[in-house]
Amino acid sequence: MFDLDRWREIFQSINKNRLRSVMSGFTVAFAILLFTLLFGIVSGLSNSFKGAFADDAQNSMRVRVWKTSKPFKGLQTGRRIQLRNDDYNYVADEYANKIQYQSARIYKNFTIKYKNEASTYNVRAVNPDHQFLEKTIIDEGRFLNERDLREKSKSIVIGRLVKEDLFGERPALGKRVNVNGSSYLVIGIFSDEGGDNEERMAYIPVTTAQMMYGNNDYISQIVLGYNPNLSLDRAIAFGNQMERDLRKKLNIHPDDQSALSVRNMAEANKGVGQFMGILYAIVILIGSGTLVAGIIGISNIMIFVIKERTKEFGIRKALGAVPSSIVGMVVQESVLITTIAGYLGLSLGTYILTLIGDSLEEDYFIKDPSVSPGIVIGATIVLILSGLIAGYVPAKRAANIKPIEALRAD
Amino acid sequence: MIKIEQLHKSYPIGKDSLHVLKGIDLHIKEGEFVSIMGSSGSGKSTLLNIVGLLDVHDEGNYYLNGQLIKDMNEKKAAQLRNKFLGFVFQSFNLISYKTALENVALPLYYKGINRKERLKIALDYLDQVELKDWANHLPNELSGGQKQRVAIARALVTKPKVVLADEPTGALDSTTTDSVMDLLKDINDKGMTVFVITHEEEVAAQTKRIVRLKDGVIISDELTKAAKAV
Ligand SMILES: Nc1ncnc2c1ncn2[C@@H]1O[C@H](COP(=O)(O)OP(=O)(O)O)[C@@H](O)[C@H]1O
Ligand SMILES: [Mg+2]
Repeated sequence: MFDLDRWREIFQSINKNRLRSVMSGFTVAFAILLFTLLFGIVSGLSNSFKGAFADDAQNSMRVRVWKTSKPFKGLQTGRRIQLRNDDYNYVADEYANKIQYQSARIYKNFTIKYKNEASTYNVRAVNPDHQFLEKTIIDEGRFLNERDLREKSKSIVIGRLVKEDLFGERPALGKRVNVNGSSYLVIGIFSDEGGDNEERMAYIPVTTAQMMYGNNDYISQIVLGYNPNLSLDRAIAFGNQMERDLRKKLNIHPDDQSALSVRNMAEANKGVGQFMGILYAIVILIGSGTLVAGIIGISNIMIFVIKERTKEFGIRKALGAVPSSIVGMVVQESVLITTIAGYLGLSLGTYILTLIGDSLEEDYFIKDPSVSPGIVIGATIVLILSGLIAGYVPAKRAANIKPIEALRAD
Repeated sequence: MIKIEQLHKSYPIGKDSLHVLKGIDLHIKEGEFVSIMGSSGSGKSTLLNIVGLLDVHDEGNYYLNGQLIKDMNEKKAAQLRNKFLGFVFQSFNLISYKTALENVALPLYYKGINRKERLKIALDYLDQVELKDWANHLPNELSGGQKQRVAIARALVTKPKVVLADEPTGALDSTTTDSVMDLLKDINDKGMTVFVITHEEEVAAQTKRIVRLKDGVIISDELTKAAKAV
C-alpha cells in the first residue's frame, strides 16, 4: 500500500491546487469542529451533574424525621417523631443484605477549644461507616472505630479547617481539645470534597454523644449506603419499602412525608441518568447529522474537483495510467485531506474546550468540557471512511470515462 | 505494425447515428512516416483515436503489432498504450501543475520505473528536443513550440513503436512548425513508425506517404517525393 511515488503525486496535486484542497478540507474540519464542541459541552454538563453529587457516596440514603402532618390511629397532627437506637437496629437487621454501610447521626453544635483558640463548630456523632458514606478523606491519624463506640471513648476527628483554626501550623494529632467542657483526644484529621462547610466540622462516637448529652438513645438521622449490587430500580424499591416499614413501626400515616422520609440517591441517579441519556442521544443525532453533511459536502466538492481534473485523467490514461491507479490516487488524496482536515477540526475543538475550561461552570452549569479518547478514535474512523466514500464514488465514475472523452473535456 | 481491415465507426447523435468511417483498409509497416489528410470533419481524428486505443471501432479488424484489438478492457488498453504508443496532440495536453521534466517523466511512472531513473531518462529526452534548460519550467512559462517539443519528448520517452500525432503543428507558426517536423523526421530516421494528421500540404509533403480521406473513405494513398528521394 505504501507507494512513495503515489504519495509524491498526491502531495504535488494537493500542494499545486491549494485552494481546491483547502475548500474540500474546510467542510470536514468545520463538521468535526462542531461535533467536538457539541460533544464537549454535553460532557461538561454531565460532569457538572456528577460533581453536584460528588460530596456523598453515590449509593447513599437517609432516613429523616420531623413532625407528623396527618393524624393516624388517634394520634394528633404535629407530633414530633424521634428515631432511636431500636429503629437503627431494626433497619440493620431487617435489610442486612441490602445494606453496604450504615451509620446513625446526631447533630450537635459545640464550642471546641485548644489553648487560647476557641470557636463553635458543627459536631456530628456517628458510627465508623459514616466515613464511607460521607466520603471523608483521612489526612492524618484515623477515623472512629468500633472500639471507640463500645468504650464510648472521648475521641474526636476534626476537619482540616478546624485544625487550621485551632492549631494553625502546629500538630494536632494526639492533642487534647475541650469540647463543650469535656476533654477529647484528637485521633484524626480529615478533609472532604464537599467544600469548606464539610471541613469545618468534627466527628465523635454516637455512643459517647448519647451518654454525655442527655443520656438517652436518640438519634437524628439514619444514613445508609445501599448494596451497590442492587440495580437502580431495586434500590429505589428498597428505599420505598424501608419508608413504609418505618412509618408502620413508628405509628405514622403511610403517606406522611413530613413525619418520616427516605431520601434516596438512587432516585436522583436515575433521573440524572435519564436526562443525560436524552442529552447524549440528541448530541449523537445532531453530531451525526453534521458529519453526514460534512461527508456530503466533501463528496460534492470531490465531484467538482474530479470534473475539473477529467482532462488530466484523460492525459494520464493516454500515457498509460490504468483505471485503478486513477481511482487509487483520488481516493488516497481524499482520505488524506479528510483526515488532516478532520484532525485540525478536532484539535481546534479540543483547544477551544480547554480554553472554555471551567469558565462556564457558574452561569451555564458546564464543567471541564472535553471529548473522550473513544470519541476521538471513533471520529478518526468515520473521517477515513468518509474520505474513502467521498473519493471513491466520483473517482470510479471518472476512471470509467473513455480516454478520448476525458481528453476532450475542458 | 498497424493493419486495418474494413473499419467502420459511427457516433450516436440523439436517435440517429453519424457514420464517420465507412470501411477503411490501411496497412502501415514498421518504420513508415505516414500523414493523413482530408478536410475538417472527414474522420481523421476518429481514425487516429481508434489506432491509438483511445476509442473503439464498431466493425472491422484492427491489428496492432500483430495483435487483434477486440473487446479490450481499459486496463489492457492502458498497458498497450504505455508500451507501444506515444501521443502528440494539437493542444499539447501537458499537465499544467507539473514541470516540463515531470511531464516528460510521467509515462515512465506508469511503466513502474523509479523516480531517480525516470528523471534521468526524461532529462535526456528534453535534451534531445533542446529544452534541457527549461526542465524546471511549468508549461505556461513555455512558448507553443516549446510545449509541443516537450510533448514530443514525452511521447518518445517510453521508446514506443508508433508515434501518433494529431495536427501537431496546428497551433504553431511556420518556423516552429518546421522545427517540430524536423524532430518527427529525426524520430522516423531512428526507425520509429510515425503517423501524423495534418491539413497543411507543406507538412504532409515532409512525410513519406500521404493518405487522403474524404467522407469516411480513403480516396488516395501514395508515396511522396521525400520518400522517393531516399
Ligand atoms: N464524440 C463524438 N460524437 C459525435 N460526433 C463526433 C464525435 N467526434 C467526432 N464527431 C463527428 O465525427 C466527424 C469526424 O470527426 P473527426 O474525426 O474529429 O474529424 P477530423 O479530425 O477529420 O476533423 C465530425 O463530423 C465530427 O463532428
Ligand atoms: Mg481532427
